[in-house]
Amino acid sequence: MLRPYHLLFLFSLIPAWAQGLAPHGFADARFGTRTGDDPLQRDIALAELRLELEFNHLGERSELMVRADLRYDDLDADHWQLDLERGSGPLDLREAWLQFSPTDLVDVKLGRQILTWGTGDLVFINDLFPKDWQSFFSGRDTEYLKAPSDALMASFFPSFGSVDVVYLPAFDGDRYLTGERFSIYNPDGGATGRANPVIVDPLNRWFEDDEVTLRVSGNKGGMEWALYGYDGYWKSPQGFNPETGNAIFPGLRVLGASLRGTLGKGLFHAELGHYNSKEDGAGSNPLLPNGEWRYLVGYERELGTNFTGAFQYYVEHMRHYGAYAQSLPDGAVKKDRNRQVITQRYTLRRMKTNLMMSLFVYYSPSDKDGYARPAVNYKMNDDWQLGMGGNIFWGEQPTTFFGQFEDGSNLYTSLRYSF
Amino acid sequence: MRFFSLCLLLMGTLALAGDPTVEEIVAKANAASYYAGTDGKARVSMVITDAKGGTRERAFTILRLNGEAGNQKFYVYFEEPADVRKMAFLVWKNAKGDDDRWLWLPALNLAKRIAPGDKRTSFVGSDFVYEDVSGRGLDEDSHKLLESTDTQWLLENVPVDTSSVDFSRYTLWIDKKTFLPAKAEYYDKQNKLFRRVEALRVEEIEGIPTVMESKVSDLVTGSSTLNTFTEVGYNLGLDDRIFSERFLRRPPKEIR
Repeated sequence: MLRPYHLLFLFSLIPAWAQGLAPHGFADARFGTRTGDDPLQRDIALAELRLELEFNHLGERSELMVRADLRYDDLDADHWQLDLERGSGPLDLREAWLQFSPTDLVDVKLGRQILTWGTGDLVFINDLFPKDWQSFFSGRDTEYLKAPSDALMASFFPSFGSVDVVYLPAFDGDRYLTGERFSIYNPDGGATGRANPVIVDPLNRWFEDDEVTLRVSGNKGGMEWALYGYDGYWKSPQGFNPETGNAIFPGLRVLGASLRGTLGKGLFHAELGHYNSKEDGAGSNPLLPNGEWRYLVGYERELGTNFTGAFQYYVEHMRHYGAYAQSLPDGAVKKDRNRQVITQRYTLRRMKTNLMMSLFVYYSPSDKDGYARPAVNYKMNDDWQLGMGGNIFWGEQPTTFFGQFEDGSNLYTSLRYSF
Repeated sequence: MRFFSLCLLLMGTLALAGDPTVEEIVAKANAASYYAGTDGKARVSMVITDAKGGTRERAFTILRLNGEAGNQKFYVYFEEPADVRKMAFLVWKNAKGDDDRWLWLPALNLAKRIAPGDKRTSFVGSDFVYEDVSGRGLDEDSHKLLESTDTQWLLENVPVDTSSVDFSRYTLWIDKKTFLPAKAEYYDKQNKLFRRVEALRVEEIEGIPTVMESKVSDLVTGSSTLNTFTEVGYNLGLDDRIFSERFLRRPPKEIR
């Protein structure tokens, strides 16, 4: 949705144009095709042209930033329907913010911004900022996994480290999968595809459907610690409203902590989060997600010259499994109490780092499914980059998270010119 | 005649004896190259030229703060090329043990921690290696004074652990007046010269002799990288807090 202050930021660019400041950015073309056959979807997975323009003014005590993508993707259902929340249509406004420091010990950033924290590598526990799974699965650059938030971020810097408070006046959910590009499992039978996408009850009233999140963190001699809090909603529509028959974003509160530092010849990280599903504290409502504990440990080290390997072990543990199991209707698929995921990442750099090959794999021994992301990127010169990669899903059952996307596996290629 | 030669030889020996010890030379050269002042700043332009004459360019600003016991902090802010613009690199150099390193990725708003790595690998895609920029531990090599001329000392350095590096030895010419290395030549495991680093231009900045232009040549691939330093300053009173995640998120005023 276009909001008045978005326009305000766009107008603020006029002086920059008037001064003849050339914008930075890139032009990016990418094309992806499915390797499998999904009768509910088109054979191409991505056919996109993107022009990113960035206007940035770095003042003595403040910074103004606008970064906007003009885009055309042949897979959009409606090419001219502007939806700034989902990033579809002709414009994806990535950032539009003003940053300033009212005192030496305070930083404020106001506007549309990309927010990230936590220690996981493509696994998130306390980072409850919006993700764009549709972009992630369809072969866009990894940076598009992070969707923007319309937020106020205030950071304070006491002697022990920093305190960051982020307020989102209107809920910014994930750019979740609706079935439009990737068919998703439907418990009522069949799958949800392009023709009948998921319908979700709106959650966008300003100052009512809001979110607040907090991080207190420090760095003691290279050992980074953090405590986190979040009060808002599940980021993807994981609940169901029996009155409207639509999916909903149920309430969620999270408390968590993380550590990151060196261990032996590598880096380790550990993170946990206590998920409280606010409207289903007892875990007895089958239409709402159960409360969870989420744990993550990871280790990364160099295996050879310009060759690194990384490993993570991640668990989603249902806190009220008995109540959940009892509340399930007859014949429903019962999930395991613990969803375990192992990730591995291998990165190889050659030709003075101009050639990068990487492989990231998610594998769940409990769900017996997985997702592999091979990628090759070559910097031909300072301006041009060529890329190729894939999103390969597999699983024994169509009911598991990655398993449901098996027919959505795809390969893509990209060409980018940066300026 | 024989007496005269003997005298010359004696004088030469005496001159050598009057020289600082080899340990003093390498310690002073290390201090002059990597620790000048209490802190420092420079803008670096890099031109990488491959064997076919194709070039790639880098531009970045580097801030450095000396700490205790040889520890240092570095903040590197990239301006060019376009695909790394606004990225920042934070290093807490630990004289004993591995460095702590973070890379700021502005598009993701993410301070990515980088695993300790091989320091003999390319720095930002150039012919310089990470160790050329941050320095090499003095006790990682054994040092020998080969020659002393009017203006330079010539040292030979042999790594204690040859398995961790790409060279078997390197020679180093050090200027007697400034203690700055003028040239380093690296020999591979077959004792063949394969890499050369040179200081091409030295100037005094605020009374401190400073390398303003340096070049590294890869004699195997034919590639070379030329570094030009501008806006050099020392003893700026840089705040230790600059070298933290806060100032990765927003560049400090020193580089605005």
